[in-house]
Amino acid sequence: MTVYLFRRLIQAAGVVLAMSVIVFIGVYAIGDPVEILISPEADQYERERAVKALGLDLPLWQQYLTFLGKALQGDLGRSFVFNEPALKLILQRMPATLELAVGATVAALIIGIPLGLYAGLKPDSPLSKGIMAGSILGFSLPTFWVGLMLILVFAVQLGWLPSTGRGETVEVLGMRWSFLTRDGLAHMVMPAINLSLFKISLVIRLTRAGVRETMLMDYVKFARAKGLSPRRVIMVHVFKNILIPVVTVVGLEFGGTIAFSVVTESIFAWPGMGKLIIDSINVLDRPVIVAYLMIIVLMFIIINLVVDLTYSMLDPRVRLEAKGT
Amino acid sequence: MTATLEVRDLRTHFFTRAGVVRAVDGVSFAVDRGKVLGLVGESGSGKTVTGFSIMGLVDPPGRITGGSILFKGRDLAGLSEEEMRGLRGNRIAMIFQDPMMTLNPVLRIDTQMIETVQAHERVSRDEARQRARDALGQVGIPSPDERLRSYPHQFSGGMRQRVAIAIALLHKPDLIVADEPTTALDVTIQGQILAEAQKLCRVTGTAMIWITHDLSVVAGLADDIAVMYAGRVVEQGPVDEVLDAPFHPYTVGLIGSVPSRNRRGEPLRQIPGMTPSLLDLPAGCTFRARCPRAEPRCSEPPPMAEYSPGRFARCIHPYNVPEMAA
Repeated sequence: MTVYLFRRLIQAAGVVLAMSVIVFIGVYAIGDPVEILISPEADQYERERAVKALGLDLPLWQQYLTFLGKALQGDLGRSFVFNEPALKLILQRMPATLELAVGATVAALIIGIPLGLYAGLKPDSPLSKGIMAGSILGFSLPTFWVGLMLILVFAVQLGWLPSTGRGETVEVLGMRWSFLTRDGLAHMVMPAINLSLFKISLVIRLTRAGVRETMLMDYVKFARAKGLSPRRVIMVHVFKNILIPVVTVVGLEFGGTIAFSVVTESIFAWPGMGKLIIDSINVLDRPVIVAYLMIIVLMFIIINLVVDLTYSMLDPRVRLEAKGT
Repeated sequence: MTATLEVRDLRTHFFTRAGVVRAVDGVSFAVDRGKVLGLVGESGSGKTVTGFSIMGLVDPPGRITGGSILFKGRDLAGLSEEEMRGLRGNRIAMIFQDPMMTLNPVLRIDTQMIETVQAHERVSRDEARQRARDALGQVGIPSPDERLRSYPHQFSGGMRQRVAIAIALLHKPDLIVADEPTTALDVTIQGQILAEAQKLCRVTGTAMIWITHDLSVVAGLADDIAVMYAGRVVEQGPVDEVLDAPFHPYTVGLIGSVPSRNRRGEPLRQIPGMTPSLLDLPAGCTFRARCPRAEPRCSEPPPMAEYSPGRFARCIHPYNVPEMAA
C-alpha cells in the first residue's frame, strides 16, 4: 500500500511538471498581456518599466525557471490585475465552487441512482421509458439555456429563488460557505440543479446499463436460487457491482465540475473559480491562469487517486496489496 | 410413499418476438428420496429450463404454461412467488454450471453464506456463521474459518463449486437441482465432487436431479436417466439398462458419440445434422430428420410407450427391445 502510494506520488509529480511546461508555453502563446494591461497612452519608457516589473522581458525558458523556482516555495506568482498572490485569489474562490460541485454531484447520485435502478429493473414500463427520454434531454440541453430558463421561471416569474450571488455566508475553517445558511442554500439551489442535470442523466444511464448487465449474471440467479428477497438481491448483490463504473465516472465528473463550471457560474453570478478563470483569460492575467491550471491538475490527480482507492474498497479483485493465494 | 418430486407434463414456453419457443414441451419424470435422476441431452434440449422451472426461476418472456411440479405432493407451479421463495435455497436448492460465475465477486464468502441461512431461519449472525463453517467443512474445504473471510476470486474453480454446493446444503434440502455442476471442472475434481454428491444423497436422503450432457457422469452417479431431445423426454428408465440397451435411436446415437467407445483409428461417430430450431419443430417425431430408422410413419407424433417394465421410449421402432415386449 505504502509502496503503491509512493509510486503514485512520483507519477503525480511527473504529471504536474509536464503540465506546467505545457501550460506555461500555451499561455505564453495566447497573447501578450502588456497590450491589455498597460494603457495605450503610456510612453515607451513607462512601458518598458512595466514589462520589466512583470518579468516579461526575460526569455521564455528563464521566465519558466523563475516560475518553477518560486512554485516550489509555494508561490505561484502574483496576479497582474489584482496585484495579489494568484494562489490566494484562487483559494478565496474555491469554497464557492467546491460547495456547488459537491451539491451537484450529491444531487446527481441521490436522484440518478434510484431512477437508473428503476429503469434498469423495469426496462419496459412507460415510466422507465420516460426516465430514459428525460435523460436524453439532460444530456443534450445546453447548460446556459437551462440556466436561463431556470432563472426565468423560478426567479423572475415565480419569484421563489434568488438568481444571483451566493447570499449569506458563514465562516468556517477560515473559508466562507453558503450552504450553512438558509439564504445561502436558497441561492445554491438553481446553480446546483443546473450543474447536476447532465450528471443526473449520466448516472441514470450508467446505473441502468449496469443493472441490466448485472441482472443477467449467474450470481444474481444464484442469489435468487438461494431464496433471498428481491430487495436483498438488488440492494446488495446487484448494487455493489454497479457502483464501480458509477464511482469512476462520477469522480471524473466531479473534477470536471470544479474546474469547468464556468458557464453556470457566469449565468448565476456565482463568485467561484470558474468566473475567476474566465475573467483572467479575458485580461490575460498569466499568473492566475497558470496557477489555476496547476491547481486543477493537482486536483484531478487527487480525485483519480481517491477513485482508485474506492475501487479497491468496492472490488476485492483490485485490492492494491497482493494477499496470499 | 410419494416421490420427492414428480413432474407431470411440464410445459415451459418462451414468448419471443420471433414466435413461441417450446423449450420444455410435455416433460414428465419423478425422483424419489435419496435417488439421483440424470437428465441428459444436447445443448438446447431444454434440460436447464426444466431445472429453472422446478426452481421457479424462469424469467420473462418465458413462463410455465402447463403441467404440474409436485414437490412432496404440493404443486409448485401454483405457488405464489413469496411461497416459492420460502422453498428456494431451503427445501429445494440449485447448483449452477459455472462456478466462476455463481458467486458474487464483490461479496465475501461468509456474507454469501450467512445471508442464505438468514433468508430462511431466524438465527443470530454467529450461529449462521457457525452453520456456514460446518457446511464448508462438510464439502471438504480446508480451514473453513479462514476461507469464510475470503473472496471468490481467491478460490480455484473446484473450490468455488464446493462453496456453491456448501451453500446448497445449508438447509439440508429435500431436493437439489444440479445443472452441469462438474462440466467446467477438470476430471479429478469432477470425480471428487461426484463422490461427495453420491454420499450426500445416500446419507441425508436428498433427492437430486443431475443435469448433464456427459453420459459417463450419469453412468457413475445416477439411479435413473431421462434423455431429453428438443424439449421432450424421449427415453427414460434405470440408468444401467438404458445405457446397456438403449431403445431410442437418439440415445443410441448419444452413446455412440462417446469417444472412448470407438476403436482407435476409426473416425469418431456422430449424430448427423443438428438439433432442430425450437421455434419451428418438425411435426411428428422431432428426431426424424436425423434418425437412421426414420420412415413415413414417423410423421405422426410418437407416444411415450413402455417397452419393458419401468422403461419408456418415445419411438415407434426402437432398438434393443426384448422379444416378448410390445
